[in-house]
Amino acid sequence: MTAQRLQIVLNGSSLTLKSSSLSDLVDSLNLTNARYAVEVNQEIIPKSAIADYTLTNNDVVEIVIAVGGG
Amino acid sequence: MDTLTIGSRTFNSRLLVGTGKYKDFTETQEAVEASGAEIVTVAIRRTNIGQEQGPNLLEFINPNTTTILPNTAGCYTITDAVRTCQLARELLDGHDLVKLEVLGDEKTLFPNMSQTIEAAKILIEDGFQVMVYCTDDPIACQELDDLGCVSIMPLASPIGSGLGITNPYNIQIILENATKPIIVDAGVGTASDAAIAMELGCDGVLMNTAIAEAKKPVLMASAMRKAIESGREAFLAGRMSKRLYASKSSPGDGTID
Repeated sequence: MTAQRLQIVLNGSSLTLKSSSLSDLVDSLNLTNARYAVEVNQEIIPKSAIADYTLTNNDVVEIVIAVGGG
Repeated sequence: MDTLTIGSRTFNSRLLVGTGKYKDFTETQEAVEASGAEIVTVAIRRTNIGQEQGPNLLEFINPNTTTILPNTAGCYTITDAVRTCQLARELLDGHDLVKLEVLGDEKTLFPNMSQTIEAAKILIEDGFQVMVYCTDDPIACQELDDLGCVSIMPLASPIGSGLGITNPYNIQIILENATKPIIVDAGVGTASDAAIAMELGCDGVLMNTAIAEAKKPVLMASAMRKAIESGREAFLAGRMSKRLYASKSSPGDGTID
């Protein structure tokens, strides 16, 4: 029996995940020094809710940071 | 003290600066410091996936001396602009001050005003304090003022063009009708452009490219700070009237034969 794999879209790119934990996904991006915000299917996931959030197949995830701009 | 109040916040500086187009974050930081700006714009973008995350811009902006102003640059629809503001609010722990721009066209980066007005309504309803990038159309500016934007920010000329204040008469009409701070946003090219905006009576100027694309950005940031201050003082002092012919500065009597 193989582990359940999850297909999602992260920042516009398809991605296959082993874990359905949103916080595992965020951790994998090494955003340790950055302030970021997360959206799943166009709903903002507050930082306090990321730890308990479970992704499902075909979720569309956006993770954004602040960059230079005018 | 001549302060600038935008929504619930009060500032001493009337120069607002962007953080785009700099060679690195150290140069950004030095230019921001030299400008004396207390409001600094940032953009909201996707993180790069599968790449080493470098240093982050926000580490180079002093939160004790500056207010971050997230923008919606790159948004061409109401939905994208509203989502970007909501993401920014989450990213900045509930921060409610945003710069709204809903662009209409890639080539001119002119705002789409009908969509800008609709997006502003949604954001204000959602509790945001909206500073709004707009055309220098006095009617559109009035509408944004009436619906509760905290600052109206007409362009001087297209974003990044450096063409200066192309329609000072429109800016003058906008200023006459305004009940909120009018901040010229976009198009300033050099110090005199900034001074002209302030001499017209604008409450502030927001710029990015004029500083970032100068040969010496940090020196230009300092020049802009002085231009904003001198333009503001000239406005408050009230300029002399223009006359067609000369008027002696020295007494006409008592000259030697």
